[in-house]
Amino acid sequence: MSELKYHKASNASEAASMISGTEDGKFLAGGQTLLPTMKAKLAAPSDLVDVSGASDMIGISISGNTVSIGAMTTHADVAGNPELNAVCPSICALAGNIGDPAVRHRGTIGGSVANNDPAADYPAALLALGATITTNNRDISADDFFVGMFETALEDGEIITKVSFDAPEKGAYAKFPNPASRYAMVGVFAAKSSGGARVAVTGAGSDGVFRQSDMEAALDGSWSPDSVSDVSVSADNLLSDIHGDAAYRANLVKVMAARAVANA
Amino acid sequence: MTEISMVVNGKSVKADVADNTLLVDYIRESLRLTGTHVGCDTSQCGACVVHVDGKAVKSCTMLAASAQGSDVTTIEGLANGDLHPMQAAFKENHGLQCGFCTPGMIMSATDMVARYNASGKELTEEAIRDELEGNICRCTGYHNIVKAIADGASKMTNA
Ligand SMILES: Cc1cc2nc3c(=O)[nH]c(=O)nc-3n(C[C@H](O)[C@H](O)[C@H](O)COP(=O)(O)OP(=O)(O)OC[C@H]3O[C@@H](n4cnc5c(N)ncnc54)[C@H](O)[C@@H]3O)c2cc1C
Ligand code: FES
Ligand code: FES
Repeated sequence: MSELKYHKASNASEAASMISGTEDGKFLAGGQTLLPTMKAKLAAPSDLVDVSGASDMIGISISGNTVSIGAMTTHADVAGNPELNAVCPSICALAGNIGDPAVRHRGTIGGSVANNDPAADYPAALLALGATITTNNRDISADDFFVGMFETALEDGEIITKVSFDAPEKGAYAKFPNPASRYAMVGVFAAKSSGGARVAVTGAGSDGVFRQSDMEAALDGSWSPDSVSDVSVSADNLLSDIHGDAAYRANLVKVMAARAVANA
Repeated sequence: MTEISMVVNGKSVKADVADNTLLVDYIRESLRLTGTHVGCDTSQCGACVVHVDGKAVKSCTMLAASAQGSDVTTIEGLANGDLHPMQAAFKENHGLQCGFCTPGMIMSATDMVARYNASGKELTEEAIRDELEGNICRCTGYHNIVKAIADGASKMTNA
């Protein structure tokens, strides 16, 4: 890992001012993506601003069915929060299936969302739940936030402080994990709210997470696994790699969507 | 350089480290606690698992500076004169062959037992296998590791 200067921020505004003084600084959250990337020499930031202990960016608050999760809340803390599990069990189950226990003890929702890995789990949840991503500057809707593979609407030096959403009437996530890495080969989050059904797919899109609008329309007609199984899913713009080709992933999208709807 | 201080296996330690120092390198190279192993160095194998403030983490995937002020336990900190019940269970159940993965297995095992006890959930065989997702063993085929953890869990609970 190349040389760097380490800074520890105790809150979001301190973090934002620390990074503005750096040449090519990056925020360090749980480090479960960034540190392996740096060790592989795919990133070499001049500075790391450690936000994992930023006190105003940690914790879960729930009022009615509105949920707000601080960006530095770990996967383990989301998975194990009983109040959250009571209003939105699907997000707890999703967090509890990310990686392995040690990864879940360090990795955070903010880090995962900022990274926008095309196979990450949280982006599918936030897109399907119509979540809002709050930064030190503004609120961004999930529809606008996830721009492409590893790309988000974040500006340089902009820091995610929390994510919030209304718990859906029904919702579930179904993931077909790659047997070796446990990242999603395909993961589908299906949610039903007063505004209608939303279906988001991760692991499959060559531009990262996306909404499957044909399935949303079918579920608005009738919320049942058969509704999504009857939708034809094109393999255009889906990923092909050594783990599975686009046609295989297109079929998995249907199977995972039907499972998600059945479990919701 | 950054000055760090933490408690490792009950002892206060302090050092000036380069800012890019990984926690595992600080533990092995500076503190000379070489029971914590580096298997993959790519966050996959779990040989480097230690406890930071009571939680299992991969010490190859954390900066030493991020552990400032923390309470760290390594495999050397478990035994208290006698083997820790989980260590004894690995020995009795042949839960190791070459032993390279064992420190990480045992640190993950004691972490999972503590979490399951705290939440009142039952640590079934299926749960143990699922919890071992991040620990790779290239020798044993896992069966005896799973047996050892189940045995160690009951030894810890009855200790
Ligand atoms: C073995 C292993 C298995 C994994 N399996 C899965 C899996 O199954 N599913 C899955 O979804 N993920 C998986 N992950 C990734 C894991 O969830 C990471 O924790 C997550 O992707 C990144 O979160 P982090 O907190 O570790 O962020 P970091 O690695 O610290 O940061 C990631 C990126 O986000 C930026 N960043 C961090 N916080 C902020 C912020 N608040 N504002 C703006 N930018 C920020 C950083 O600068 C960096 O570019 C796995 C990781 C490992 C090592
Ligand atoms: S050496 Fe840390 S996970 Fe393999
Ligand atoms: S005993 Fe050899 S790697 Fe597990």
